[in-house]
Amino acid sequence: MINLKFELKTKLIAALNLEGMTPDDINDSDSLFGDGIGLDSIDALELIVMLDKDYGIKFTNTEEGQSVLKSISSMAEYITSNRTK
Amino acid sequence: MLIKHICKISNGQVWLDDNILHEDRQETFQSFIHEVYRSQKIAYPKFFKMDPLSKFAIVGSSIIFDNLDGDIERDTALVFANRSSCIDIDKKHLDTITHIDNYYPSPANFVYTLPNISLGEVSIKYNLKTENAFFVFEEFNKPFLFAYSETLLYQNKATMVLCAWIEVNNDAYEGIFFLVSKEGSEKNLTTQLKNFIIP
Amino acid sequence: MNVVKSNNIYILAGNCVTPSGFNLSENIEAIQKENIAIQEHNDQIYSSSSFYGGIIDNELLNQTIKKKIPLANNFSKLEKMMLLSLNNIKANYLPILKDRCGLIIASTKGNIDRINLDDEDYLLSQLGRKIAKSIGITTDPIVVSNACVSGILAVSVAKRLIQAGMYDHVVISAGDLFSRFVFSGFQSFYAVSSNPCKPYSANRDGITLGEAAASILITRDQSITDTTSYIISGDSSINDANHISGPSRNGDGLFKSIEEVLKNSNLSAIDVDCICAHGTATQYNDEMEAQAFNRSNLHETPVFSLKGFFGHTLGAAGLLETVVTLELANRKIIPPSFGYDFNGLTLPLAISTGQQNIQINTVLKTASGFGGVNTAVLFQKPKPFFNVN
Repeated sequence: MINLKFELKTKLIAALNLEGMTPDDINDSDSLFGDGIGLDSIDALELIVMLDKDYGIKFTNTEEGQSVLKSISSMAEYITSNRTK
Repeated sequence: MLIKHICKISNGQVWLDDNILHEDRQETFQSFIHEVYRSQKIAYPKFFKMDPLSKFAIVGSSIIFDNLDGDIERDTALVFANRSSCIDIDKKHLDTITHIDNYYPSPANFVYTLPNISLGEVSIKYNLKTENAFFVFEEFNKPFLFAYSETLLYQNKATMVLCAWIEVNNDAYEGIFFLVSKEGSEKNLTTQLKNFIIP
Repeated sequence: MNVVKSNNIYILAGNCVTPSGFNLSENIEAIQKENIAIQEHNDQIYSSSSFYGGIIDNELLNQTIKKKIPLANNFSKLEKMMLLSLNNIKANYLPILKDRCGLIIASTKGNIDRINLDDEDYLLSQLGRKIAKSIGITTDPIVVSNACVSGILAVSVAKRLIQAGMYDHVVISAGDLFSRFVFSGFQSFYAVSSNPCKPYSANRDGITLGEAAASILITRDQSITDTTSYIISGDSSINDANHISGPSRNGDGLFKSIEEVLKNSNLSAIDVDCICAHGTATQYNDEMEAQAFNRSNLHETPVFSLKGFFGHTLGAAGLLETVVTLELANRKIIPPSFGYDFNGLTLPLAISTGQQNIQINTVLKTASGFGGVNTAVLFQKPKPFFNVN
């Protein structure tokens, strides 16, 4: 799970073009949206694409994705249980 | 109509009025525009998410707006034009949907596949709730850009206009930004305009 | 000929090409019969699963072009659509308009189906050049590419250029295709409806895409107008300056644009007879319009979206919907807001269920789009033809 979390942080920074950020800047339980890391609605959709492409996880609507994307921890947990890649 | 400032970005050079701000030949447009972003201390992290056209728009607009004597006028309209629309990001989006077994359209790419997003990004950065329009021409059409800007000024749709030719296609680029206002006659910045040649 | 220059800028000779018909009358007939242009399709070119959309039949289009405009036999689909929509203006007006006539093309993606060919076949500037040459306009074409307001912004630009003395007349042709390029993009936003779209409705779940071409003539020459011609009394395009893909929550840009056009025209909200709005059936757009219309006191004015009929035709939408609305207005008809069933907005709007035999003197057209763009244009019957119900 630790490796997955680190992997997610690296992928997130690359996928969302977060220039100047390193995995050390993101804590596992930091809120990704709103006041935490400050991602927006397009970033959320982009992460949904990443979950599909890299882990084979598909959502039927954006609400499903929102609860999973709360933090690196919540993403790692969901991926561990649901990945098909 | 008065031209208050001109920013010209081409051939590895960045000029603001008669001053050269940056000179640096880079292999790709991306490396060049990122270098300019850093050298001009634009400090706008969202820049890195943008497509080439929007990056170009943010850099040129920032150089003009951040170097004004006073505050930016709230009623500054934006009128941009180019030849290739947003072709670079179009091709990138196309890549993500061409192969049935590698079909992953990206919302972050797709949203930039409209040339007027470059105007939107500048509006957001400077909070300009003003007239915006994006035009496409075969080549740099200064008479039209000036005529349309003048129309906005004299029909009281704006008190200032940032009009620009922002062309980028692969690694070929050419940008010229004019900040124009109503009063006076055209300022004689002929050095810059005479030297401006489209390759 | 002597151009009778007046302060008024007129809009006339509208035409359109959609899945419902290849001229304006066919489209009006389809609207009156409530035969929507949106159908279910199963075409791998666009999507691996079935979908709803407004798509023009290629066979029918080609046959019509062969008969009416054979020079366009080898042109692209979009070029065929646009030239067909321009046919009436080319035949009835261009011969008398001579040199002081401009051409504006409005499109978001142009010949998007040619993107993997040579750049020259794909660039919007080339689309403009080809259309100009085909209809015999010698002035340099102007292309407006401003997301989903392009079609109606072109009307505003034409008016401004005529008022500035650049032209006496401007022909506008707006067009966009239904494409895999755009469809896939909206799918990545989870913004495509699983059924024909339902603007303003409680269970709306996104857009239905469409394709169309529309054309119109803008002029200052009163002598070529008639009792059916409206004047453009106000126009404004104010950006939200909020987010590139989401509209402003309180509809700032749209509200300011509407206020500006009412001010230009010396009118207030009560003078507007009907609104042809944007109504894409996304959660955010429709709610934003409700905010803006309420702020402008337009919440009791009959309002409708035509996207439940034609689908969202992108760069063509603003002009297609204007052409259709003004023609219906001349026939004293306010159409229903197709696709609407139960109210899904947090603020009240007078969503049209359709009215006939009603004098329509003042029409407001609004549109919004990606990039925070908004456009509002107000059309009025010139005073002698102004009537009270």
